[in-house]
Amino acid sequence: MKHLSLIIRTLGAWTVTLLIVFPLIWLFITAFKTELQAIAVPPELVFSPTLENFSEVQVRSDYLLYAKNSVITSVLSTLLGLAIAAPAAYSMAFFRTKHTRDILMWMLSTKMMPAVGALLPIYVLAQGAGLLDTLTSLTIVFTLSNLPIMVWMLYSGFKDIPPDILEAARMDGATLWGEFVHVVRPLAMGPLASTGLLCLVLSWNEAFWSLNLSSAQAGTLAVLIASYSSPEGLFWAKLSAASLLAIAPIVVVGWFSQKQLIQGLTFGAVK
Amino acid sequence: MSYLQLKNVVKSYGDVRVIKGIDLTVEKGEFVVFVGPSGCGKSTLLRMIAGLTEVNDGSIELDGRDITKLPSSKRDLAMVFQSYALYPHMSVADNMSFALRLANVDKAEIKDKVGRAAEILNLSAYLDRTPKDLSGGQRQRVAIGRAIVRAPKVFLFDEPLSNLDAALRGQTRIEIAELHRNLGATTIYVTHDQVEAMTLADRVVVLRDGVIEQVGSPLELYDHPANQFVAQFIGTPKMNVIDTAALPTLGGIVGAAKAQDGFIGVRPESVIVNTDGSGALKGKVELVESLGADTLIYTQVGQAGEGRPKSVQIVARQNTRTSLRAGDTVGLDIAPDAFHLFDRKGQAVTARAA
Repeated sequence: MKHLSLIIRTLGAWTVTLLIVFPLIWLFITAFKTELQAIAVPPELVFSPTLENFSEVQVRSDYLLYAKNSVITSVLSTLLGLAIAAPAAYSMAFFRTKHTRDILMWMLSTKMMPAVGALLPIYVLAQGAGLLDTLTSLTIVFTLSNLPIMVWMLYSGFKDIPPDILEAARMDGATLWGEFVHVVRPLAMGPLASTGLLCLVLSWNEAFWSLNLSSAQAGTLAVLIASYSSPEGLFWAKLSAASLLAIAPIVVVGWFSQKQLIQGLTFGAVK
Repeated sequence: MSYLQLKNVVKSYGDVRVIKGIDLTVEKGEFVVFVGPSGCGKSTLLRMIAGLTEVNDGSIELDGRDITKLPSSKRDLAMVFQSYALYPHMSVADNMSFALRLANVDKAEIKDKVGRAAEILNLSAYLDRTPKDLSGGQRQRVAIGRAIVRAPKVFLFDEPLSNLDAALRGQTRIEIAELHRNLGATTIYVTHDQVEAMTLADRVVVLRDGVIEQVGSPLELYDHPANQFVAQFIGTPKMNVIDTAALPTLGGIVGAAKAQDGFIGVRPESVIVNTDGSGALKGKVELVESLGADTLIYTQVGQAGEGRPKSVQIVARQNTRTSLRAGDTVGLDIAPDAFHLFDRKGQAVTARAA
C-alpha cells in the first residue's frame, strides 16, 4: 500500500516536472533545427543538428550588442539597487519607528500596481530628458522597480543580526560606515548575495520596460527575442536560437546560486 | 573634580518619563553599582552614559568634557553586554582587538595587548577559536577582554553575570573584583542582584522608577537605609518592616521617645527567638528554613481580632540550629538599638541613632 502510493507520487512529480520543462526542452531542440524542420508536422525527432541559426542571429541582429546591453543594465541596476536598499534596510531594521511597518508596506504596495499604469508618465519623462533608448533610462527603471523587493529582503536579513552586536561595535569606536563594513556586511553576506542575485535575474529577465523604452541602441536580449516574432514573420528556429542565447547565461548563474536564492527567500522564516 | 558627572539627566519615551532627572558623580577609579528592581531604569541610565540611548534633558560630563551629544564611538568607554554581543564571525583574538584595529594601533602592540589580556583572563589557548566554540563563561571573559585591551576611560557592565549559572557567577564575580583591584579602572556596573552590588561596589546607587533612592557604600546602605524601599531591597532575607498600628507592643519595646506613628524596621539577625517562650513578643512558628550555617525562622506575631485585621510576620535569622517546628509557640526579643524607624511615607526618621 505504502509502496503503491510512493509510485503514484513519483509518477505525479515526474509528470508535473515534464509539463513544466517540456517547452524549454522543445526550445533547446528547435534551436538546432533548420527552419523547415522546425515547422514540420509531425515534428522530426531525429535530425542532424545545425549551428546555422546561431550565426544567423548574430549576423542579422547583432546578438552581442543586445547581450552587452543586458549585462550592463542588469549589473549596474543591481549595484545601484544594493547601494540604495542596504542603507534603507539598515535604518529600518535597527532604528525602528512606529511608521517603519507602514513604509515597508507602502513600498511593497507599489509592486501591486500594474507596470503599464506608470508607462505613460515614465515614457514622457524619458522622452523629455532625451533618455529614450539609452542604457541610463533602462538602468534607472530597473533599479526602481526592484528596490521594494530588495529593501524587503535586506530588511529581513538584517533583522536577524542581534542589535547588541552593532552597539558593541559602536562602543568599540566604529563609525556608521565601519559598523556596516566590519559587522553588518560579513554577518549579512547571505542576504546581500541572494538579494543581488535575485535583482540580477529580475533585471535580466525584464521585458516590459525594455520593449517600451528601448529598441536598436539600448535594447536588451528581451528586445532581441521579441524582434524575431512580428515584423519579419515567425522564424521558429531562429527565435528558439535567440531565446536560448538569451536565457542561457542566467540559467547558468541561477543554477550555481540556487542555494543562495532559496536561502534569500526564506530567511527570517527559518532559523 | 569629579570624573564622570550626570546633571539632571532625563529620558522619556513619549509622555512616559523613565529617567526622572538624575544627578550623580563618579570619581576616578571608583566601582559604582546601579541596582534596583527590573524596570527601575538602571540599564537605561547606563545606556545613556554609553551613548546608546539618547539623553532628552540634562548633561553628562566625562573627564571635563561634555559628552551628552557625542556618539558612542567617540566617548572612549567600553561596555560588557548581558548577551556578551561578541562578533560571531571573528576569532577571539579579533574580537578583542577590534577596537584597536579600528584605531589603527600598531600590529605588534595589538598582539602584545591582546596577549596580556588573554593571559589575565585565561584565554590564551582559545585566541584562534570563534565565539560559538566557547562555553558561556569563556564568552563572558572574551567580552571582558574586549573591554580591557582598550584601557577605556570607564568600564560599563550591563548585568554581565545574569546569563551564567550560579557557580560560575560567584567565581566570575570574584574575578571582576580582582580585575578592578588590579586595573583600578573606573567602573559602572548594573545588576538586579543585591549580592553582586554589595560585594563589588565602592558605592551603590539604588534606583527605583527612574529616581535615585539612595547612594552610599554597601554597609552604609545596610546600616542606615534612607527609606523603607532601600531597607527592604538590601539584605536577604529582607528587613522586617512592621506597621506600628498593627503591633502596638513593638512601640513599647522601642521606647516611648522613639515610638511614633509609622513603621518600625528590624533586620532578621536582630530578632532573637527564645524557645522557652519568654520575651517581649509572643509568636507562633510558621516555617523553619535550615540552611546549614543559618537558620531562618518565620513567625506570626500578634493575634487576629482586637480591632486588628491580621497578625504580623516576623522573620528571624540565627546562626545556630534549632529544633523548633511549625506551630510551636516562641518568645521574641529585639536586639537593643537595632531599630530602623520610618514615617508614614516610608522615609527614615533620623532619631534612630538617638
